[in-house]
Amino acid sequence: MTSHLLWLVVFAALVSVVFATLLRDEPAAQLRTAATMFGGFVAAALVLGWLMYPLPL
Amino acid sequence: MPLKSTAVERARVTAEPGILVFVCLAAWAIPGAGHFWVGRRQKGLVFLIALLAMFVIGLALHGRIFPFQLNEPLVALAAVADIGLGLPWLVARMLGLGGGVVTAATYEYGNTFLIVAGLLNFLVMIDVFDVAMGRK
Repeated sequence: MTSHLLWLVVFAALVSVVFATLLRDEPAAQLRTAATMFGGFVAAALVLGWLMYPLPL
Repeated sequence: MPLKSTAVERARVTAEPGILVFVCLAAWAIPGAGHFWVGRRQKGLVFLIALLAMFVIGLALHGRIFPFQLNEPLVALAAVADIGLGLPWLVARMLGLGGGVVTAATYEYGNTFLIVAGLLNFLVMIDVFDVAMGRK
């Protein structure tokens, strides 16, 4: 399966879960942190992807 | 079954400095094992599942387990990152997995999964060291 978006999402999800588990002790806080990080990773990747779309000029 | 160790359990781990080495070695060899050892079972389970999943996905995406080539600094650094996953890395090397398929569309994704899994396990080792020292 070569969907770039799929692997981006899977990668963001797994990294978010590990970081949230490292940083927070309570499950509720871990969930919140993981969700925030996941959203940030995916949004940043999509925005940067579109910004770089015209490159190389 | 408590999710976190009690203060008494934490103090017991902290009181035996020699055990720290084995806790960190366990954390390196099997992701999450160190957290299981110090009583943080929920965290240990998450690390075990997530980091092993990243490693397996990395291999499935035709990623490469990099060799130590000191004449290629970036390859050597990637090799150091790969080794962070301990036993799964060792088993994969022994089975001849992780050869990498440069022509595969997912090759770089696979490399990223493998490298980041190893680096995250180094962070997990540092975390379990802090826990065992009673700092967290």
